[in-house]
Amino acid sequence: MENIRNQTKIFFLRILNIPFAFLMHAIDLIMWPIQKIIGVRNMPYIFLLPNLIFFGLFVIIPLGANFFFSLSSGDELLFAERELPTTKQYDQLFDCESYLNPNTCTEDFFWRGVYNTIFFVVFQVGLMIFFSVLTAVILNKKIIGRGFFRSVFFFPVLLSPVVVGLIWQWILLKNGAFNAIIESYGGDKVSFLTDPSWAMASVIFVSIWAHMGFYTLIVLAGLQAIPPNLYEAAEMDGTSRERIFFRITLPLLMPNLLVVFILASIKGVQTFDEIYVLTGGGPGTSTSLIVQYIFTTGFASSGSVQNFGLAAAASMVLGVVLLFLTLMQLYFSRNKESKHQEI
Amino acid sequence: MSETASRIIKIATKKRYKNKYHWTDYFSYFYLFLGVLLMFGPVVWLGLSSLKTLAGIQEYPPTILPLSQIQVDVEGYDKPLPIFNVTQEDGSVKQLAQIKRIGINAKMVDPLNPEETVKVPIDKREKIREFKIQWENYVDPLRKYDFLLYFKNSTFITVVATIITLIINSMAAYALSIYEFRGKNFALVFVIGTLLIPLTIILVPVFYVVANFGMINSLWGVILPGAATPTGVFLLRQYMLTLPRELIEAARMDHASEWAIYWRVVLPLSIPAIAVLAIFSIMWRWNDFLWPLIVLSKSEVYTLQIGLNAFHGELTSQWNYVLSMTMVTLLPIAIIFAYLQKFITTGIASTGMK
Repeated sequence: MENIRNQTKIFFLRILNIPFAFLMHAIDLIMWPIQKIIGVRNMPYIFLLPNLIFFGLFVIIPLGANFFFSLSSGDELLFAERELPTTKQYDQLFDCESYLNPNTCTEDFFWRGVYNTIFFVVFQVGLMIFFSVLTAVILNKKIIGRGFFRSVFFFPVLLSPVVVGLIWQWILLKNGAFNAIIESYGGDKVSFLTDPSWAMASVIFVSIWAHMGFYTLIVLAGLQAIPPNLYEAAEMDGTSRERIFFRITLPLLMPNLLVVFILASIKGVQTFDEIYVLTGGGPGTSTSLIVQYIFTTGFASSGSVQNFGLAAAASMVLGVVLLFLTLMQLYFSRNKESKHQEI
Repeated sequence: MSETASRIIKIATKKRYKNKYHWTDYFSYFYLFLGVLLMFGPVVWLGLSSLKTLAGIQEYPPTILPLSQIQVDVEGYDKPLPIFNVTQEDGSVKQLAQIKRIGINAKMVDPLNPEETVKVPIDKREKIREFKIQWENYVDPLRKYDFLLYFKNSTFITVVATIITLIINSMAAYALSIYEFRGKNFALVFVIGTLLIPLTIILVPVFYVVANFGMINSLWGVILPGAATPTGVFLLRQYMLTLPRELIEAARMDHASEWAIYWRVVLPLSIPAIAVLAIFSIMWRWNDFLWPLIVLSKSEVYTLQIGLNAFHGELTSQWNYVLSMTMVTLLPIAIIFAYLQKFITTGIASTGMK
């Protein structure tokens, strides 16, 4: 039976292989003469070419163009029809009487986005790391049904932001399941998504729900890399479990947590889609973050209100923050690797 | 006698340090139980509710299973009316249909005697339910609205983009792992560099490039910008570096062209890494939201994600269709996860990406 199943599997794979092989042979008809002309030594450039074209077109040129957009003004998307050079966009973006009070800024929407993003990232990343570590430590124990629990905590990671947003919007409705549970325990109904003070908390909660599994997995990999003989030695000495956790697990996990922290911050600063579906940045601007500002200024508002230059300038500001975070990540992950090599 | 027996039992059941129950053990199971409820509950709840009628979904407090209230057609009324078990003053129970609710009273009618209406206090009546699965929730949106088209668009984008990603990324990885050539380090740094630039900070100019190619409102405008992924190149390169060089040398001795070495020798050997990248790419593409939202503004090119969001925005009251289509949207990914769970989690743990 097993044999037959394997044979059918191989048979189907062979059939799937036919168009692939056909395509590859066809490409070889072009590649072979090229190889004859330029020689084997220059072939790697040909192999790199498609990828580099894509990177050039959709990353490098846009990056340059972003500078251009942010330094020029006008409503047109075409380069030739934009005014150059001007720092108008940045002036407008940073035109504030007091940076601490978004109401005094010309672009108050942007500054609210900045403060909301800071608030969001601090709480989302902090709580997420706490719960990721807690979950990972528990999942790393010898528990019954470990595989099952692991997949339960992980699977929301695979859900799309629209699915996450819609599920939770529906559960957190005024007449939704959450309020039904609260009322059945004698509490009062809460407007999770329409009350400004609750909306941010709900958004942070949903975002943690959706992404926690990913970080749990990374922390879990870190936990499993801790040499078990350390634990054995501590157990023989009769060390209490609390002490083992704070003296062995946590210190050895630190480099890992640092990477998780930076990764989560990079993702957190760029959060857009779940919030867009869940609250649309509302009520008012209470849950709108920086990317929401870029999206709304650049694309969402209709007709003449679209302001590509301002959106590009805001992107540049975001880009600087992300560059700083990414460089930190590269620095720390390199440190981590060299430490591993030492061991 | 009994004393020795109890002693033996005591010794037999005595636990070593390792097996002693600690408060953290109880806490762990409590936490896990709560976690299952919180992480898995919403999706189970979504699945169950997507089988309810619209009235059943809007009911508060909600029922867990799709138990909908039985409705009957009553002569003289346009809409079917819900029926209740009403406890009457003499204690007997009668089935009545409700016309409307006024405060704490309900205006009700006997279906067998439609002319006569009665007022009943609402705490005296009880809903009559039946187990009924509303398959129409799944059929109607596919038939009446464009969800079948959205599904097709999403599938097209996912399949084509994944194929392109796999081919061009594996080509680049092949060049960067097998050969030594001038500018190799520059190319490597270039690829790492693109890792530093996420789409969110170049939204406007990428839109400009895509617009210049006339790909606004075209599925290609979604597929092409993300086709080359630095993470993919690195994943494949790390794997290809471990392949034995002798194989490639042997193939060269046999006068195989470089392209033939790539697809007949290196690609088949790299299948494990390619499979991981394929799963990631399918996940990225199927779940993609921000970029399609910007490029696709006509409903005939919507992906499932965009279509679902737009549909929800237009018809906020149609939760029955929204819930069922949300199920349809998450199902392909859920099935892939169920089959390849281990593969995905080890892939993420070893590469640190998603």
